[in-house]
Amino acid sequence: MFENMSIETLQAYWWIIISLLGSLLVFLMFVQGGQTLIYTVGKSEDERKILVNSLGRKWEFTFTTLVTFGGAFFASFPLFYSTSFGGAYWVWMAILFPFIIQAVAYEFRSKPNNLLGHKTYEWFLIINGLLGTILIGAAVSTFFTGSEFSINKLSLTNLRDSAISRWQGPANGLEAVLNWRNVALGLAVFFLSRILGTLYFMNTVAEKTILTRCKKQLLINTIPFLVFFLAYVFALLIYPGFSVDPNSGTIFMESNKYFHNLIQMPYVLLIFGTGVVLVLLGIALPLFTFDKNASRGIWYSGPGTILTVFALFLLAGFNNTAYYPSTFELQSSLTIHNSSSSHNTLTAMSYVSLLVPFVIAYIWYAWKSINNKKIDSEEMRTEGHTY
Amino acid sequence: MLESIDFRSVDWSRAQFALTAIYHWLFVPLTLGLSFIVAIMESIYVRTGNPEWKRITKFWMTLFGINFAIGIATGIILEFQFGTNWSNYSWFVGDIFGAPLAIEGIMAFFLESTFIAIMFFGWNKVSKGFHLTASWLTAIGANLSALWILVANSWMQYPAGMSFNPDTVRNEMINFWEVLFSPVAVNKFLHTISSGYVTASIFVIGISAWFLLKKRNETLAKRSILIGAIFGLITSVFLTVTGDGSAYQVTQKQPMKLAAMEGLYNGRKGAGLVAFGILTPGKKTGDGKDGFLVKVEFPKLLSFLGYRNPGAFVPGIEDLLKGGFKPEFDHVNHIEKNQTVSVEEKIYRGKMAVAALGSYKEAKAINDTANIRSSLQMLRQNFPFFGYAYLNSPNSVIPNVPLTFYSFHLMVYLGLYFIILFILVLYFIYTNKLEKKRWFLWLSLWTIPLVYLATQAGWVVAEVGRQPWVIQDLMPTMAAISKIDASSVMITFWLFAAVFTILLIAEVMIMARQIKIGPNDGGTK
Ligand code: HDD
Ligand code: HEM
Ligand code: HEM
Repeated sequence: MFENMSIETLQAYWWIIISLLGSLLVFLMFVQGGQTLIYTVGKSEDERKILVNSLGRKWEFTFTTLVTFGGAFFASFPLFYSTSFGGAYWVWMAILFPFIIQAVAYEFRSKPNNLLGHKTYEWFLIINGLLGTILIGAAVSTFFTGSEFSINKLSLTNLRDSAISRWQGPANGLEAVLNWRNVALGLAVFFLSRILGTLYFMNTVAEKTILTRCKKQLLINTIPFLVFFLAYVFALLIYPGFSVDPNSGTIFMESNKYFHNLIQMPYVLLIFGTGVVLVLLGIALPLFTFDKNASRGIWYSGPGTILTVFALFLLAGFNNTAYYPSTFELQSSLTIHNSSSSHNTLTAMSYVSLLVPFVIAYIWYAWKSINNKKIDSEEMRTEGHTY
Repeated sequence: MLESIDFRSVDWSRAQFALTAIYHWLFVPLTLGLSFIVAIMESIYVRTGNPEWKRITKFWMTLFGINFAIGIATGIILEFQFGTNWSNYSWFVGDIFGAPLAIEGIMAFFLESTFIAIMFFGWNKVSKGFHLTASWLTAIGANLSALWILVANSWMQYPAGMSFNPDTVRNEMINFWEVLFSPVAVNKFLHTISSGYVTASIFVIGISAWFLLKKRNETLAKRSILIGAIFGLITSVFLTVTGDGSAYQVTQKQPMKLAAMEGLYNGRKGAGLVAFGILTPGKKTGDGKDGFLVKVEFPKLLSFLGYRNPGAFVPGIEDLLKGGFKPEFDHVNHIEKNQTVSVEEKIYRGKMAVAALGSYKEAKAINDTANIRSSLQMLRQNFPFFGYAYLNSPNSVIPNVPLTFYSFHLMVYLGLYFIILFILVLYFIYTNKLEKKRWFLWLSLWTIPLVYLATQAGWVVAEVGRQPWVIQDLMPTMAAISKIDASSVMITFWLFAAVFTILLIAEVMIMARQIKIGPNDGGTK
């Protein structure tokens, strides 16, 4: 089946998978957003315990999605993996460190004799929520704003200095924060993750006081989210973008490139529009309607987030666009065609991708079977295993 | 400006990789084995309905959970490090190496992380049968993740199923099954997971022995010790068999590593296996000194184990440097079929291959068909030695011999000792003497650090023994590196060292406290 597809089709297929994983990841970062809210929403030790435990049943999932996103990117577009990770060293390290400390925080937090004390582990969660979201958002933004690197595969024949990909700035990626657009997307993702976090709490926690505080937080975070998000989208549409000549593979700047992409790929516009509407709907539901609707917000904003981010990824990679542009040397920019794996590898991987629906199905089934009831303080007392 | 490879950056990156891998490997073996032991215990509970077995299951599960969390924390770094520190490598072989990492995520990590939630939170929420299934699926998921990463590692030791594409300047996969089922991968997978099973068995026995010494939780301890010993005995025998399989593969595919493992400088026919030896300190190749101060050998055994033929010629380090003998190992390139060549010549040919790649690219740019053809031919002819081009001198193909030699022998001694230990445990249980043998219980407890030593030693053999190669013969470490300055890597190295060490101490403290608390409370604070 896959072996008969052209390499271009497989590349597009894999860009769609990467986009899906990326958008799923942004949605699942409600865990990170929720982590930054444990002190604002949880005022007592018991309330915090409820919040941490409700997040604690999902954090691994976000984490595993991040790992799989990395692995899938490596397998399908290895030149991105080697260029971005090896070049923007400090950004990626700054993203990874918070995830290390997050991974132990849940399990170790409430265990006796845990060396650092439970407050420290809670701070690990907050740091992870803060840095993880902002930096991942900023890193994704460089798909549109570009980075300073060069690629020369012939470097491999230089025996004394063989690095193929080179970062040109001395800050190894940290310079990304000097571009306001990257910061804006980072903050938009941060506030969005907090919005999703509150919606998630409203959905899973059965305590009235928590619900009330979540509503307040929802409103507080929606305003900056909208400001940063709209500013980013507006800039995206008016700034020039990185275009590829499909015949020669030459990369050139095109004004309003991403606006053109939206118009030329109406289905992306549709996905994007639907996504944004759903996100807003999910926010409006708990704010402006009955309490019993509060728990349904996540079912709108969640899928809405996925669709919106998915559309952004498609804007970056499809329609003859360079998804990882180099501002240092335009022709070094990465496109889904010049950075992908071979036909054989993409084919083998495509077969593996057929497992994904099956994976989603068992995850769904497993979660249903343990999450059929909201979390309350009663459960925290009786449940054998808590964080 | 004079550009050149910054060797400090290579060394710091190697140190960082070693550090993070060693930490990851402190937690993974226990995950691999304890997940199965817990599943077995729970199966007994479901079969017998005896609540004591549920208590036992839950107790070990708590320890499993603590260990699991930190295993994950250390794993994520390893994955991204291929990009951050080994950028050239990630391009050169990403077409093959990336796939197992991605498959691992899709196939194994999700399985593991989903069903582990049911294991921990599902006791009161799902049926017994479903819970048991979840425990088994967690164990299978953990072991599947080992499969894929070990396939990736094995491919680096023995690149199979691929060919070099000069247009993209990378190796491309041509046969997925050859990558997956390469004999090196099969042996490595089986040997490594069984080392995890043995680790977990010893962990269970050691802690149970401590309970017996303290006269606490004796039912739990006795039952657990029995499970540990049976599981351990079976898997340790298997471990030895697959260890032999691994050594056989090393002999066939990485003769230099084998020579280092055995401290063999000068090869011979009918070579003996070193049972015990002390290497001559400061021994250098070509200095004419004997490699050993003291040595006890099993005659002809090395030839027999390595080539399944007691008279076979086993090349030593000097022979491999000089070449000129008829190879009996099965992995030989087309040039060396009848007679091996010296490393000096390999370096020369490697440089030809690299130069040919350059001229191919130039010819291609101006569409000079004649030159395209001739440079391609030269490239193909010499590609098996591609990585040698980057070496400074022939001696750089020699790994650290003492480290490899002593690690290997330590691992083997401990492997045999563990088998004896498992047999003794079973014997003492059978004769009802276990609780009276206090010295033996202490010995069992103190075997726990030894099993960790053994598994780490195994990786030292595998990884140090293949230096300087990241990809055997095709890419040495200095050509694999990212272009980052040494000071950046040095800082991250120390950051990782600090964070992991603190977390390790926290983990050990928590674990020790949970063991002291014992089964009644297992799971909550
Ligand atoms: C409890 C741990 C343990 C024990 C007792 C043993 N091993 Fe082992 N060994 C490992 C744990 C291990 C490991 C950590 O799993 C390694 C590291 C890499 C690998 O493939 O497995 C390994 C590697 C390894 C290698 C190197 C493979 C390579 O370079 O690719 C050889 C030749 C052996 N082993 C052979 C043996 C033999 C003959 C043993 C005799 C009893 C033995 N091992 C016991
Ligand atoms: C199966 C997964 C593994 C893979 C794919 C892998 C791969 C690598 C790579 C790419 C390097 C860096 C290049 C080099 O210096 O050779 C390396 C080095 C090293 N690895 Fe592994 N490794 C794995 C597992 C481990 C584990 C579990 C250990 C644990 C002890 C380990 C120990 C080392 C050491 C000590 C070095 C440095 C050797 C030296 O610099 O002399 N490796 N390995
Ligand atoms: C360079 C080599 C390696 C890389 C890149 C790597 C990567 C990872 C990652 C990213 C995780 C976290 C997964 C999650 O999100 O749940 C992980 C966990 C795990 N890895 Fe590794 N790993 C390496 C070596 C190994 C080896 C050699 C084994 C076993 C033979 C292994 C077995 C496991 C297992 C069982 C887990 C589950 C959690 C635990 O450790 O307790 N890994 N690894």
